[in-house]
Amino acid sequence: MTVESTAARKPRRSSGTKRAAGAASAAKPAAATAQTQDAEPQLVQLLTPQGDRVDNAENAEFAPFVADITTEDLRGLYRDMVMTRRFDGEATALQRQGELGLWASLLGQEAAQIGSGRALNDADYVFPTYREHGVAWCRGVDPTNLLGMFRGVNHGGWDPNTNNFHLYTIVIGSQTLHATGYAMGVAKDGADAAVIAYFGDGASSQGDVMEAFNFSAVYNSPVVFFCQNNQWAISEPTERQMRVPLYQRAQGFGFPGVRVDGNDVLACLAVTRWALDRARRGEGPTLVEAFTYRMGAHTTSDDPTKYRRDEETAAWESKDPIQRLKAHLLATGGADEAFFAELEAESEAMGKRVREAVRAMPDPDTMAIFENVYADGHALVDEERAQFAAYLASFESAEEGH
Amino acid sequence: MAVEKMSIAKALNESLRKALEQDPKVLIMGEDVGKLGGVFRITDGLQKDFGEERVIDTPLAESGIVGTAIGLALRGYRPVVEIQFDGFVFPAYDQIVTQLAKMHARALGKIKLPVVVRIPYGGAIGAVEHHSESPETLFAHVAGLKVVSPSNATDAYWMLQQAILSDDPVIFFEPKRRYWDKGEVDTEAIPGELHRSRVVREGADLTLAAYGPMVKVCLEAAAAAAEEGKSIEVLDLRSMSPVDFDGIQASVEKTRRLVVVHEAPVFLGVGSEIAARITERCFYHLEAPVLRVGGFHAPYPPARLEDEYLPGLDRVLDAVDRSLAY
Repeated sequence: MTVESTAARKPRRSSGTKRAAGAASAAKPAAATAQTQDAEPQLVQLLTPQGDRVDNAENAEFAPFVADITTEDLRGLYRDMVMTRRFDGEATALQRQGELGLWASLLGQEAAQIGSGRALNDADYVFPTYREHGVAWCRGVDPTNLLGMFRGVNHGGWDPNTNNFHLYTIVIGSQTLHATGYAMGVAKDGADAAVIAYFGDGASSQGDVMEAFNFSAVYNSPVVFFCQNNQWAISEPTERQMRVPLYQRAQGFGFPGVRVDGNDVLACLAVTRWALDRARRGEGPTLVEAFTYRMGAHTTSDDPTKYRRDEETAAWESKDPIQRLKAHLLATGGADEAFFAELEAESEAMGKRVREAVRAMPDPDTMAIFENVYADGHALVDEERAQFAAYLASFESAEEGH
Repeated sequence: MAVEKMSIAKALNESLRKALEQDPKVLIMGEDVGKLGGVFRITDGLQKDFGEERVIDTPLAESGIVGTAIGLALRGYRPVVEIQFDGFVFPAYDQIVTQLAKMHARALGKIKLPVVVRIPYGGAIGAVEHHSESPETLFAHVAGLKVVSPSNATDAYWMLQQAILSDDPVIFFEPKRRYWDKGEVDTEAIPGELHRSRVVREGADLTLAAYGPMVKVCLEAAAAAAEEGKSIEVLDLRSMSPVDFDGIQASVEKTRRLVVVHEAPVFLGVGSEIAARITERCFYHLEAPVLRVGGFHAPYPPARLEDEYLPGLDRVLDAVDRSLAY
């Protein structure tokens, strides 16, 4: 259950639905709410929402990992976030225009993705969900590659080994095991590399994620589990997924867990670098919980007004990842208006390029149904391909007959 | 010495040993596959000789085993995974069906998933529940997977070699009640194609088609029928995906009658698909409808009832008689 179809949005007002909703609300556990939601959580933070640098005991271990960051690097991170948001906005628009069947927006999660994505080395390997458009950007994946599956012309289709960026994974949490296995292989090879697995707060309920935590701990695998806790798994808040803060789970599996301000790109960069460094040094897995917020809908088929309050979304708007870095750059003289204007033009040009590329994307050939089902071929696929081709050809010969 | 008499279990063990020797990327993973050598001792001695890095005892979590095997395959390894018993595979079913089977196609062929999942299957060993099932249809139904099962020691040796060499994921069903049956294995012979059936007894009046543990039952049935003057051909199907329909067709065009036998439930089983396709292919050759003999649409019964549940000599001969009576 992940990406719902447009058809599923039709309202069904059965009494059963009402009862279920009432029961859920009555059963809401007050203790869990107090523990996970209401109190402001402790986060590793390097930039406040106002854009001020933070130095405190919580971030002392991580701050050295961004000590080398120059003003130019900061501008680069800012550019990555702006370009990613522009691409994401273009994709949402393309869905509204009927060019894409569906889009899963990353709006609000740019810092978590760019911060962690820019922490990676070329030799590292990424296992994404279906929302890691910002990480894909950092890996150099052509943005238009990401749109094929949402347009319905393929199920991904890119070569994961070109950018060490695996295919998007839709069934929730499965990729954490692939990342763990890949990391086991990296360790066997003695390679100087690490693996990062992305997942969300909803995925943390999946058995596969627990198994990935455990396998990686048992084998001391070089993998970073990067959870973007965006507070919502479609319509279900984190109280429906967990009773203890997510990052604390790592302790039970025997490796460290850190909660970072997921809207602070610098903190995400620092914490992920720290975790990757541990992995490459042979110190095993780490869980990073990037505390962030899904500003938009789960996908373009979703309607968040049915299940969450405007006030909540508004409160998160003031923590916007892009605005806070902009405030920092302006306050420190790290960028001027010319930089922002130039970036605006660049992002618009990228949006136009993406739009044109999607519209020009051809439908696949019908016979592609039968391609790549097997690497070594399969008699039944061959038989059905031939039968279907003959069936299609029968219409052509019928037309010729007229 | 190229030809040696050995059990199916030993042949599988020798086959794994050879694969580990030939390709440093081959890994063995599973529960208890290390020091113990697996609950059926199929991996006996392999960890001692190839080390814990290549013969890997895993946590007790089937989805985790297959999920990490996929990751290792993406890294360039060729994992051979052991699922301890047929009924224990379902925690891994999602990883096998949703991930392993489809990943090659999703990448438009740019990545390969050479993973073998070995599953001891079938009943007649007097076990408790979940230790005697035949779930092969549930895998044969999934595009992207190949599904095979040897019935004898030679095939156990060679088909496992071929499965490991395959760039596609292969679900390798091992007939656990036959593990200790012995046969001659030629470890230097050139094997036949992995997905071809084989005529194991020639006959003229009817074809019995089976795979895995039921091949022996069918051979016994053919011998018994011969005493009554009936000439039965026995076809070892060997592969359930793809099924060698050409091989079955050739046999049926000769004998004009077909009975398919498996332990798995008859309803929507491999036999049902064979019946449908052979009826299409051989409609004017058939003297009787294709009959199926197999398990019932009921949970696998307690061990004291399994002799009644499993197709035995009499149930196979009953179907032979019914077919010949048309």
